[in-house]
Amino acid sequence: MYVAVKGGERAIDNAHAWLAEERRGDPGVAELGIAQIREQLALAVARVMAEGSLYDPDLAALAIKQARGDLIEAVFLIRAYRTTLPRFGAARPVDTGAMACDRRISATFKDLPGGQILGPTFDYTHRLLDFALAADGMAPPDAPQSEASAGAMAHVTEFLAREGLIQPEAQGSATPRDLTREPLDFPADRPLRLQALARGDEGFVLSMAYSTQRGYGRTHPFVGELRIGTVAVEMDIPELGFAIELGEVVVTECETVNQFTGSRTEPPQFTRGYGLVFGQSERKAISMALVDRALRWEELGEDNVGAPAQDTEFVLYHADNVQATGFLEHIKLPHYVDFQSELELIRRLRAEAIAGQAREAAE
Amino acid sequence: MNHTDYNFAYLDEQTKRMIRRAILKGVAVPGYQVPFASREMPMPYGWGTGGVQVTAACLVPEDVLKVIDQGADDTTNAVSIRKFFEKTAQVAVTEKTLEATIIQTRHRIPETALTEDQILVYQVPIPEPLRFLEPSEVETRKMHALEEYGLMHVKLYEDIARHGAIATAYAYPVKVEGRYVMDPSPIPKFDNPKLESPALQLFGAGREQRIYAVPPFTQVVSLDFDDHPFDPSKAPHPCALCGADDSYLDEVITDDAGGRMFVCSDTDFCAGRREDAP
Repeated sequence: MYVAVKGGERAIDNAHAWLAEERRGDPGVAELGIAQIREQLALAVARVMAEGSLYDPDLAALAIKQARGDLIEAVFLIRAYRTTLPRFGAARPVDTGAMACDRRISATFKDLPGGQILGPTFDYTHRLLDFALAADGMAPPDAPQSEASAGAMAHVTEFLAREGLIQPEAQGSATPRDLTREPLDFPADRPLRLQALARGDEGFVLSMAYSTQRGYGRTHPFVGELRIGTVAVEMDIPELGFAIELGEVVVTECETVNQFTGSRTEPPQFTRGYGLVFGQSERKAISMALVDRALRWEELGEDNVGAPAQDTEFVLYHADNVQATGFLEHIKLPHYVDFQSELELIRRLRAEAIAGQAREAAE
Repeated sequence: MNHTDYNFAYLDEQTKRMIRRAILKGVAVPGYQVPFASREMPMPYGWGTGGVQVTAACLVPEDVLKVIDQGADDTTNAVSIRKFFEKTAQVAVTEKTLEATIIQTRHRIPETALTEDQILVYQVPIPEPLRFLEPSEVETRKMHALEEYGLMHVKLYEDIARHGAIATAYAYPVKVEGRYVMDPSPIPKFDNPKLESPALQLFGAGREQRIYAVPPFTQVVSLDFDDHPFDPSKAPHPCALCGADDSYLDEVITDDAGGRMFVCSDTDFCAGRREDAP
């Protein structure tokens, strides 16, 4: 009986209905609210906003709910939605020096102006499952409070820059290219690379960074500074002649200070890697800084040792998880036309090879 | 958060204009891969986002759209894409090749000859025919610019030396109008002769951000050697349903004992022949 693929339309509708049911799970269990996801799965929300390139905690929470917790699927939902949004213009660069920091640490100086602020970190927790959390309705005790520190908190690298110990950054072109509005093009300059890394898959960027630490393009990084907090987003309004504040975003910023003994073109000095990510995403921000630094080998006159993290094309073409997941998973779509042509080819080549062996045996 | 009103054919007019510019450039330089700022679509990369964007940029309300995957109108992804345009562009749809003004396809060219009034839109996974010989995009663009196709000929030659034949059965490379080597998308090589057509053929690769084109009546030559001419082979059987012996066939396994039958992959062609038969 020949049934093949008839009835695709009904199969799709039924699959969607089943999916909706599975997404909801047992109706006897209370449904998750968007606000619950936003507040209690905040790091997942941050990741979806970062890789989705759209800062909207409520939409990210909705995407996580709709995607049944599959974060790459949630990123994809956010990206597809982002496509439909008009672009009014570009904001001013955010001033992370004026950040209201929840967390600010430096691994290079024991103490520094502004101090070390641990903030809400997992760093020194013991990873013991807290069974008390399994019980509902347990509010944690209030965390101790102190006065917010007043004024801007200087970046650690500024102290090094005063002594001329760290390589100064050239002022980039006024408006960087927009990766989401122009095709990726090589050579990719640093703003473009940073954009791609900022929205790149956390796992991929992490692995690339890790590979440099293990010797594939080592860059000797120190975390000069890691800060997480709220910054204002401002936009110049031509009609007004000045900038107005549109809102606030939480970002994580990491600046690495990398040992550098000099090269053919540069004197010995420290160099920098930079990471900036939406939300509280410090693993991603540190990874990004390491990969950024590894990709700068050419401008700093370092040798290309053939490490994957030094290969701009390799990193930029494979960092995007929405692209990667789509192309990877598309091989489950029907390919029987191509497979059929391969089948014919293999049958013919085999027949010829077997006939050839038979001839040789006879001779 | 309630956004149900999308523009005609989903994409905004600015984006469509950008895509049309890329298409026009592609038509002006046949076989050349034009970079374009591919958008994130509401279906995954690999599901035909390039083709969908090209179709969206070409559609007008009067169009009649046909969507096929593996030659068939009722494969799940063809159904899904057709529904997408029914919903976002409210255009008429058809399964009849001759009635369609735009046909979006994955992996096949319809058996029925196309006309000057039709556009065939291909979904392309990897637009670069040299990609598996040279992984770097910077290098392959240079090779195209310099018309440096020796590597491809060496590959085809090595196939012959090793297997006695060119071991490429689909996505068989072609040279367009004597200039650019082009990937015809993963169509079986059986379809390659149909690339010379009165219809406009547009190729969209969303993830790889490339559009290219074969304008009507453009010369398209499948790469080969004088002593090993191109052979558009297919399964040596007639269709078990309509009896056609000149159409591309799918092999369908019919029982546990290895029983099989061969049927047309182009479902509209096959159904049409069965209707016409006395």
